Amino acid sequence: MLYLQVFYEFFKIGLFAIGGGPATIPFLMELSEKSSWYTMEELTNMIAISESTPGPVGLNMATYVGFTTLGMAGGIVSTLGLVLPSIVIIILIAKFLINFQENQYVKWVFSGIRPAVTALILSAVIGICRVSLFTPDAAGVMTPAIGSIAICIMAFFLMFVKPIKKLHPAVFILSAAVLGVVFRL
Amino acid sequence: MNLLWDLYGTFFRIGILTFGGGLTMLPMLKYEVVEKKEWTTEDELLDCYAIGQCTPGIIAVNTATYVGYKKAGVPGGIFATLGMVSPSLIIITLVAAFLREWMDNVWLQHALAGVRGMICALMLHTVLTLAKKSLVSPSCWIICIAAFLIVMLTGFPTIGIVALAGIIGVILGKAGVKQA
Repeated sequence: MLYLQVFYEFFKIGLFAIGGGPATIPFLMELSEKSSWYTMEELTNMIAISESTPGPVGLNMATYVGFTTLGMAGGIVSTLGLVLPSIVIIILIAKFLINFQENQYVKWVFSGIRPAVTALILSAVIGICRVSLFTPDAAGVMTPAIGSIAICIMAFFLMFVKPIKKLHPAVFILSAAVLGVVFRL
Repeated sequence: MNLLWDLYGTFFRIGILTFGGGLTMLPMLKYEVVEKKEWTTEDELLDCYAIGQCTPGIIAVNTATYVGYKKAGVPGGIFATLGMVSPSLIIITLVAAFLREWMDNVWLQHALAGVRGMICALMLHTVLTLAKKSLVSPSCWIICIAAFLIVMLTGFPTIGIVALAGIIGVILGKAGVKQA
């Protein structure tokens, strides 16, 4: 039964996440809040690992979330749920709609959706920052994780520098892991 | 049948060599699908990319389905997509199973604390890049700010915001508001 539920949730994400991998993050966050299948902190780890392993990030995250929820079969179910709407929609478009992307209504719909998706991702990122840069102390009060905050600020500004900007995310993630170990964050 | 397995194998290779988002795989796709296999022309591939970006779902999957369908009908679309999905399934399952065993390890905890800071920086840059591309007119800014306030201040479902934004896009378009 839970498998069906996982399939259904990912089917919905596949149907409404417009703009590729990053667009799935707000949905995955919402799912974490309402289902308690995984925590926000786990989601942050999943994003990191999905960005630094082969395969499209969106697919990696779907597999990872499914695996965390229900093990190996869960990963397969969530991923198939995510791709099913794509398969149906793309085949319909390829079969019936010539010049789909030139259609005036399609253009209007997406000119409305694109800025909204940016807002959704921004709000998801704020949520991610909240759980990543603050950790609960012994009494359960959220306190700033100085080391993580320092890495975030340094990296944020370094990423504006020309040659560094071009580096692959996996390079950033791996160097952050090394810094974490060296400074025992 | 041979063509179907060829589609599966080709997209499996593309999937395993893609690091990051769907957009980073364009050079790989071009090499495999246009130059090596000659399944589509470069123009067709770019068209397909444009469609992949204005349809729901993962761009990589949309592209795989499109090329597979064009080449070998519905089964082609399915085989190409399964090929694209397989590397993620295998690799992530292995990594996730491994990490689950090691989650209590102190060194892994240190590494992840560092990584979490970096993810925040990376995601903030993703938002900046998206904002540059999507906020190109005053009406875009208004939609973005309104959506942001709604999602932060109310429990309005994400799906509802996407649907509403699409409708507003059409209304503004009909009213002749310049959006892009």
